Amino acid sequence: MRIALFITCVNDLAFPATGIAVTRILRRLGHTVDFPADQTCCGQMHANTGYRAEALPMVRNYVDVFDSYDAIVAPSGSCTAMIRDQYPHLHPPATSVAARTYELSELLVDVLGVTDVGAEFPETVTYHPTCHGLRMLRLGDRPLTLLRQVRGIKLVELGDAEECCGFGGTFALKNPDVSTAMLTDKCARVRDTGARVLAAADNSCLAHIGGGLDRHRSGVRAVHYAEILAETGATS
Amino acid sequence: MSQPVAPATGSGRIRTPLPFPTAAKPAVADTQLRANLHRATRTIRAKRARVVDEVPDWEALRDAGSAIKADVQRRLPELLEQFEASATAAGATVHWARDAAEACRIVVALTRAAGADEVVKVKSMATQEIELNEALEAAGIAAYETDLAELIVQLGEDTPSHILVPAIHYNRAQIREIFQRRMADAPADLSDEPAALAEAARAHLRRRFLSARVAVSGANFAVADTGTLVVVESEGNGRMCLTLPETLISVVGVEKLLPTFTDLEVFLQLLPRSSTGERMNPYTSMWTGVTPGDGPQDVHVVLVDNGRSAVLADPVGRPALSCIRCSACLNVCPVYERAGGHAYGSVYPGPIGAILSPQLTGVADNASLPYASTLCGACYDVCPVKINIPEILVHLRQQAPHPPAERAAMRVLSWVMRSPRRWAVALRLARAGAGPLGAYRERRTGARTLRRLPWPASAWTRSRDLPLPAPQTFREWWGKQ
Repeated sequence: MRIALFITCVNDLAFPATGIAVTRILRRLGHTVDFPADQTCCGQMHANTGYRAEALPMVRNYVDVFDSYDAIVAPSGSCTAMIRDQYPHLHPPATSVAARTYELSELLVDVLGVTDVGAEFPETVTYHPTCHGLRMLRLGDRPLTLLRQVRGIKLVELGDAEECCGFGGTFALKNPDVSTAMLTDKCARVRDTGARVLAAADNSCLAHIGGGLDRHRSGVRAVHYAEILAETGATS
Repeated sequence: MSQPVAPATGSGRIRTPLPFPTAAKPAVADTQLRANLHRATRTIRAKRARVVDEVPDWEALRDAGSAIKADVQRRLPELLEQFEASATAAGATVHWARDAAEACRIVVALTRAAGADEVVKVKSMATQEIELNEALEAAGIAAYETDLAELIVQLGEDTPSHILVPAIHYNRAQIREIFQRRMADAPADLSDEPAALAEAARAHLRRRFLSARVAVSGANFAVADTGTLVVVESEGNGRMCLTLPETLISVVGVEKLLPTFTDLEVFLQLLPRSSTGERMNPYTSMWTGVTPGDGPQDVHVVLVDNGRSAVLADPVGRPALSCIRCSACLNVCPVYERAGGHAYGSVYPGPIGAILSPQLTGVADNASLPYASTLCGACYDVCPVKINIPEILVHLRQQAPHPPAERAAMRVLSWVMRSPRRWAVALRLARAGAGPLGAYRERRTGARTLRRLPWPASAWTRSRDLPLPAPQTFREWWGKQ
């Protein structure tokens, strides 16, 4: 199976550790991963902010870059949801490649049939199901199924877990007061758990919640769950 | 009767006087309001979830509700004429109103013709939308709201902030204070116990019911094949209004049609569970024209367009007309819970308001509302008629006027990101440019984050740190392997 990594624009620039983690997990499981260098951005920010025409060139580029692969994996629930849910409407020729694009937990659990990726992570972790993964992709408990197999991990349940953190892309900039009010409540629920690590499937949401946790010097670290799955206890 | 041509946009209380972010600011800072909304929305949310979970065919009911409404929208003109014929045959008089002003003029004229200078009102979103109380007052006619929450809002000289619970922004102590200040016959020793407040309102309203000669209502459903109107309520005050006065005037949005009486089977299951979280609402009133010797003998129906034809013309936005005003989307919305209903500036707040108000007025007049959402999708999950609210929000954002600076930035970014070569260069420049700053911040603070930035990035850094680009991008790491 030819697997390609769609890193996403935000991860490429600000969270390369997540892409490195995905690469390590898949290689550890015996798969070859390609990184087509011509990839850019899925166009979600443009499309969801009301700039459909400006998003379309990115959609076409995605089709050009990834159409020849059997499976494309993206470590982002919302970018995957953009591709799978919106691409077929925005650009019908993208329908086929959109259906072959998976969020990491979908690729591991549904396509590759793996739940134990051989990870070890001796920390207390709480998991926030991000909105697009939860309600558009219907990831369900796939990421938690993977995390439960991690040796040494202590998973603690997040209160009001399914409530949005208030990020919403440009919402955080256009509606900073309401966004901050939502963020404050999300951070409080994270602090309630006593966890030292907050995990999720989207680094954009994590940058928002993590940015709030950092602002208050909470001592809680926000990481993509792929980075937990990549840990084996050995020094890399 | 020939049908008049409807104007492209609606009028009335459906426009934001202030942009949503501005209007939300004082609401977010109001600790009492925040506490009231937090408590009330979460209570109704939990009740709804309980009674929906116990229905094994809930998803099939949602599909049926959605399909019936889509059918109504496809053949609305035909169904409206069928309703007019059925209702007229049963002894009702049907009136057509293009917009809010025309609907108000019709109700004022009918009230005057009945020789009345006061009306009792059943809770109704359509009459709030067309600002009927204000129009009646200007014509020297007193309008008395009889729904408990609408009465509270009216006495408080306020506007509703929720579709189902118009006074959701008040707690019981605040309600007692309004009653003592504005209700002349309230007991001097009124407590803030819900039962005592309800009893005070009951005594206050009883006199109105017995003296009123004209009642004004809305309708939850209007059945085309029988000409029947339906009002679903909890208190029984609506039933009093619908049965005691001699004249009954019902203001009904044209989208309220259902093709057949048996379609009610679906909606009378969907509505109470989605709205109040009850298996069945206490009072369901149905009337078909005039029944000689029983109830109102002078029955009128005012069918209101007020922008709805324009919504109907847009195939993507059209499902907003399927809304049955249950409020489930408000009660699960994290934005509504923190901003409250008044921030939406329209009688239709929350997620449904964010897609309905801009379509009724034209998006340019309510340009901030399609952006008053994180697109989290909680509203779509609970909608009993499966309106894809996030999809329509994004659709309306295409039509909204975009700020010039934002438009320019988006175009530049799109130009960069559509080209693999330009994007690779941009990544390298961003990483290299932020590199020394990131290293400096890491030495100083232990983290590669920024804590304060100038406008417009200050909208982010006022409450969150901002991560700086990593020392190497992912593609640089990949290239070194």
